[in-house]
Amino acid sequence: MIRARGLTKTFSRRKETVEAVKGIDVDVTEGELVAFLGPNGAGKSTTLRMLTSLLEPTSGEATVAGYDVTTHPAQVRARLGFIGQGNGGGFSYKVIDELHNQGRFYGLAPAVYSERAADLMGALELTGLEKRSVQSLSGGQRRRLDVALGLMNHPPLLFLDEPTTGLDPHSRANLWEHITAMRERYGMTVVLTTHYLDEADSMAERVVVIDHGEIIADAAPDVLKRRHADDVLNLAVATDDGAAVRAALPDGLGEVELTALDPPGSDGLRVRVATARGADALPGAIEALRLAGVATTSASVRQASLDDVFLNLTGRSLREEAAA
Amino acid sequence: MTEQTRTAPPATAHEAPRIVTRTGLGKFFADTGAVFTREILLVLRDPFTLIFSLLQPLIFLGLFGPLLTGTFGGGFGGGSGSVSTADTLQWFVPGVIVMISLFGTSMSGSNLLYEIMTGSYERVLATPLDRSAILVGRALKEFAPLLVQGLIIALVCIPFGFTFHVLPALLGLALLGVFGIGVGALSHSLAQASKNREWLFWGVQQSLLFPLLILSGMMLPLEAGPSWMQAAAKFNPLTYMVDAERALFAGTVADPAVLWGAIAACVTCVVGVAVGIRSTRRAV
Repeated sequence: MIRARGLTKTFSRRKETVEAVKGIDVDVTEGELVAFLGPNGAGKSTTLRMLTSLLEPTSGEATVAGYDVTTHPAQVRARLGFIGQGNGGGFSYKVIDELHNQGRFYGLAPAVYSERAADLMGALELTGLEKRSVQSLSGGQRRRLDVALGLMNHPPLLFLDEPTTGLDPHSRANLWEHITAMRERYGMTVVLTTHYLDEADSMAERVVVIDHGEIIADAAPDVLKRRHADDVLNLAVATDDGAAVRAALPDGLGEVELTALDPPGSDGLRVRVATARGADALPGAIEALRLAGVATTSASVRQASLDDVFLNLTGRSLREEAAA
Repeated sequence: MTEQTRTAPPATAHEAPRIVTRTGLGKFFADTGAVFTREILLVLRDPFTLIFSLLQPLIFLGLFGPLLTGTFGGGFGGGSGSVSTADTLQWFVPGVIVMISLFGTSMSGSNLLYEIMTGSYERVLATPLDRSAILVGRALKEFAPLLVQGLIIALVCIPFGFTFHVLPALLGLALLGVFGIGVGALSHSLAQASKNREWLFWGVQQSLLFPLLILSGMMLPLEAGPSWMQAAAKFNPLTYMVDAERALFAGTVADPAVLWGAIAACVTCVVGVAVGIRSTRRAV
């Protein structure tokens, strides 16, 4: 569905040249749900805009939905839906007018676009809002209208640029339900950008981590976490004998870190073990400690997150950058 | 069309089943129509905007016109004899119509600016619409109300002695339409260049608008002005538009002024659309 090679975009501001995207190679096959994850300014949106033919690449090439983005932009656009960061519906327009306008923009016949508009309004819980102006809609409704506008041409490929940014948690979950349902209904390939880690983790089947205009990792979220980050076992033990704890834990479990329990003066140690597949390793670790006569007083597993992946790959935390 | 959407993506573009069925000129006209329809819906859904936009030219006619009659009692353009309200209107109405067309089209970019900021322009750009059709469709939207406004103003002035030559006047409005497409396209380029800096759009628009207006002899005859102003007016395409409209509204078609106006309109249109397409390609 997408094949990009050496995709590069440089912007020149005054005499300075900024390389926003540095030679990205990426393939997306039909039916995939791929998330481009990275901090603000990483080049995610620029990449998306080049793939949707909205922005001409400085160099490199991309074939999207069977057509070259530079030589056949209109053919590419006819086959994709694009939901940008802003709101697609013009604020002064009535909801139904904008859906019909969108149908006309794709050259659909009136009977076809009227039917599709009614159908999409139903599917996206917009029924009853036909005559309302776009600016009178709530944030969530507006975003669902954006999705409806993006699907008017029944595209085989849907791009979403930061689809849930600025929505409250409830609307985010609701929007995702709809995106997932629409994807199943039309069998679409979906490519999105996000800086929400949990969203990429739970929704995407494949995560492409982008930083400073380059792809630094590309795999399923679980694979990324296994490859680039560790789960962490947090145990508290009722002994102060650190050497005994180290000796008792199974070999090759992972890096062990011991610290005193708080408050200072209390008996026992806090044990932190960085390991792969933490949930599987935990019972064995507790059992090994028990056999060595060490009682475990508390145990938890913190699963590796995509933030750990990003941190280990770049030395920076995505969570902090997103908050900044 | 649905069948085509379901077809697997083709290996090469040449064997591809086409979703975009129209090409070339047919697509351009269909796309222009689609863009125009979207834009004109705003006016149709809210006709009061049109009524309010009539107020300004009527104020000019009602308040500025009598002053002209008073000031130039000795005649326009060095002519002799006393000047009546009818003469003033005959001279001033074409100017006012050019003025509303210039106001409308030069401000049309501000709608676009708003759409750029909210995001709906990006959605429009992501559709397969022909890029020049986006520009022309939007500019034509300013022309349709102008046709209505121009006719209403002319009709309102008839009781005060204004003579309305229908066919030449319609030709005049058509010329203004061509000119307006060019100005509208330039206004859109300006809006795209001032993305996220609304003050820049208004700053440039306002500081160009008034010198152009005054240096076209639209409001006051330039014959009374210094020679440098008359020289500057020669480089102002608007001057030729105003002269052409005056000739046409006076009922004369076979006048060199009309030819010059047509040339000015076409040049403005071609330059505007060329600049506009360039900036639309680079937009977003």
